[in-house]
Amino acid sequence: MPTASKKEIVFSVANKTGRPSAEVSAVCQSFLDQIVDELAAGNRLEFRDFGVFELKRRQARTARNPKTGDPVKVPARTVVAFKPGRIMKNHVVDVIPQ
Amino acid sequence: MGVTKRDLVNRVAERAAMTQAQTQDVVQLTLDAICEAIVSEERLELRNFGVFEVRDRAPRKARDPRTGETMDVPARRVVTFRASPALLEQLAQEA
Repeated sequence: MPTASKKEIVFSVANKTGRPSAEVSAVCQSFLDQIVDELAAGNRLEFRDFGVFELKRRQARTARNPKTGDPVKVPARTVVAFKPGRIMKNHVVDVIPQ
Repeated sequence: MGVTKRDLVNRVAERAAMTQAQTQDVVQLTLDAICEAIVSEERLELRNFGVFEVRDRAPRKARDPRTGETMDVPARRVVTFRASPALLEQLAQEA
């Protein structure tokens, strides 16, 4: 499966703005770092038309090792949930034609 | 209230040698490019941040909780996000 990476993002933005890739790359990374910091501080982040990042608490549970069947305790943890905004949702084709 | 895109842009601008307006422009184009990449490639991996992926959801039968009626939910495609181990680690430390 093809996977896009930050390289493609930076390339595309550098092309559109005519700015050097190194500069765009630094801004892109700095922006992602800011998002991480905000999430780590417990904040919800909303970008209009793009989507929303928010934290969700997962309770501790007992799972099973699928190979041995042994019960394994999974500790409570916090995960990041992303809800796509209007534009992304519309482009992903919400409903698959039957 | 939460942090807005402007707050983030202003902080990013401080670190880059660009004006807030220029940074705002690059950040918006970055978000647009991320959106486009997810749509066209169906998978986008941003190191130390996370992975966006388009996934298929199988059709299923659901029940209207009010009327109790069974109804069909068609197959759908959704955008999922999984935080990277590095990000989860940071979240665990704060909690």
